[in-house]
Amino acid sequence: MALQAIAFYLLATVTVGAALLVVSAKNPVHSVLFLITAFFSAAGLFVLLGAEFLAMLLIVVYVGAVAVLFLFVVMMLDVDFAALRQGFAQYLPIGALIAGVLTIEMIMVAVSVATKGAASKNATPQTFTDAVSNTETIGRVLYTDYVYFFQASGLVLLVAMIGAIVLTLRHKPGVKRQDIAAQVARNEKTGMRIVQIKSGSALDQEGLSE
Amino acid sequence: MNLSSALSLALPEVILAISALILVVWGAFQGRSNPIFSGAAVVVLLAAAAVAAMGPHGVAFNGAYVADGVAAFAKVAIYIASALAIPLGDKWLGARGDAKFEFPVLIVLTALGMGVMASAGDLISLYVGVELHSLALYVLAAFRRDDAKGSEAGLKYFVLGALSSGLLLYGASLIYGFAGSTKFTDIAAVVSNGAETGVLFGLVFLICGLAFKVSAAPFHMWTPDVYEGAPTPVVGFFAAAPKLAAMVLLARVLQEAFGGAEAQWRQILVIVALLSIFVGAFAGLAQKNLKRLWAYSSIANIGYAVLGLAAGGEAGMQSMLMFLILYMVDVTGFFACLSALNRGGKPMETIEDMAGLVKERPGLALAITAFSLSALGLPPLSGFWAKFYVFKAAIGTGDVVMQTAAVLGLVGSVVAAFYYLRLIKTMWFDGSVGATDKPEPGARLIAFAMALFAFPVVLIALAWIDPIAKTAAAAFGG
Repeated sequence: MALQAIAFYLLATVTVGAALLVVSAKNPVHSVLFLITAFFSAAGLFVLLGAEFLAMLLIVVYVGAVAVLFLFVVMMLDVDFAALRQGFAQYLPIGALIAGVLTIEMIMVAVSVATKGAASKNATPQTFTDAVSNTETIGRVLYTDYVYFFQASGLVLLVAMIGAIVLTLRHKPGVKRQDIAAQVARNEKTGMRIVQIKSGSALDQEGLSE
Repeated sequence: MNLSSALSLALPEVILAISALILVVWGAFQGRSNPIFSGAAVVVLLAAAAVAAMGPHGVAFNGAYVADGVAAFAKVAIYIASALAIPLGDKWLGARGDAKFEFPVLIVLTALGMGVMASAGDLISLYVGVELHSLALYVLAAFRRDDAKGSEAGLKYFVLGALSSGLLLYGASLIYGFAGSTKFTDIAAVVSNGAETGVLFGLVFLICGLAFKVSAAPFHMWTPDVYEGAPTPVVGFFAAAPKLAAMVLLARVLQEAFGGAEAQWRQILVIVALLSIFVGAFAGLAQKNLKRLWAYSSIANIGYAVLGLAAGGEAGMQSMLMFLILYMVDVTGFFACLSALNRGGKPMETIEDMAGLVKERPGLALAITAFSLSALGLPPLSGFWAKFYVFKAAIGTGDVVMQTAAVLGLVGSVVAAFYYLRLIKTMWFDGSVGATDKPEPGARLIAFAMALFAFPVVLIALAWIDPIAKTAAAAFGG
């Protein structure tokens, strides 16, 4: 148990610290790298909870795909972050005010939890038994109890895909594309031409290109 | 409940989802938009509306999907408004060389998302529905990607929408954490005697997120920019169906899940409603661009809908539904007029462009006049009845705060009257600034149909819609 506690506090500290650095780092590439650190330590927290499948998903999807994509975007786009930060001082007072209000509210929530306990009357997370693994538990409900959410989420992804295509795909005329069927269908008649050259005359461009 | 009976309850959404998939493949093979394709999308939406109207009522998917009178009522309106957006948008985009087959597909998918929202009985379906419809709306806002303002509108909407989704999710996670369930019925059991601090905190965030989606102040700042930049028929769509869907969703959260905390959320809603009414009324005074003007008008009008919802109970719910249905007619009609009007191939979007319109296009000028007077709330046009329901519900609560809010709402409505009347004055009494192009017949037809509904059809229709909304509202909530 002590080992678990040590691991929890270690991972939690790293997660919060890395998350803070994500928003405070000057260099956006560093931000993304700290984000990856935060994802990794959050995955560790999931393992501690016994949710090893979610932990692996977090690493595969968020670290492997999302964060790397962020990195690509940050490196490829020429974003002037100094210009983006302009007006920071101007909006600081109202931002600080909202942050202050939120902090006070969060403290109030924390105090109410500490004194009165959470309001939940039926906190029954999916129970684990040794017979059924964590992954199997998810598998059992994902396509049965949660099939509606699962399908609807699929449609959200479809919309995202259609949107990306609508907004970025351009059919430019005059672009030379590889046409494999045309390449394969080429034979000596279409691919070769015999040109009679008069003796003594040079090969001129017109004669070759028609 | 087995899958087939669950699917039969969710039949409107199933129809839309399968049709959207078929339309995508069909469109991809065809490569471009054509009237048959768009017509098919319209037929699908109308079929879904018919199924929603006649389908069975019940709860499916472990409470994630609720088919009841309110959902059916909202869905019929949403699907019909979506169906109207397709021919309007296709023609408008086609005239600018931007017609694409994805447009009807995206409208169908938005309608699907709105259907999920209207039927949500769980925080997860709430979020999925909101995301499904807003993602499609972001793309629709930026549909003319070579138009700088359109792209700006899409980007702004997307970034601020993502922020609001973050607020929504944060609130949802807090509610889940403190209530121990994402199901509205379970949450209702937890908050039956008023919400504890933690749940309340989550609820505030949830209201903020949804207030953003309906462009209620103080989460309205994206609205004028997005409305100005987005394609005109798309704006007409934005201002109508998604508002109804998000308001029904908000009503579901507040009355089904947080019915026990009514005294707590009512004060939030009253503040949001009054802020929206006054921001919409006063900021609208300074607007020159008609799309921005109607953006502020929509902010003010959503304030009245929120006020109706704040009244709570059956009367409040009925007033919110009636208000939004009648408002949807106005706003769809107005933007249909705006889509129909061009001068020299350029859209007429400022108040000056409308000068002397009555000499050029008397029919459309009359229609715009009708919509403006209706949005202003002049009897006997539809907008008057809309506000009548809201004020009646607010006064009927017997709560002093609600009654004061109703009086203040009336004051806001008087302030807003200025900009509607200025538009009418410009159209009727100023000198013409040149001939307009021939209006697009489809848009003109829709505009005239809506104008006829605003007056006099509304008087007959009210006798028919009123009891439907009443029974739907009576069966709603815990």
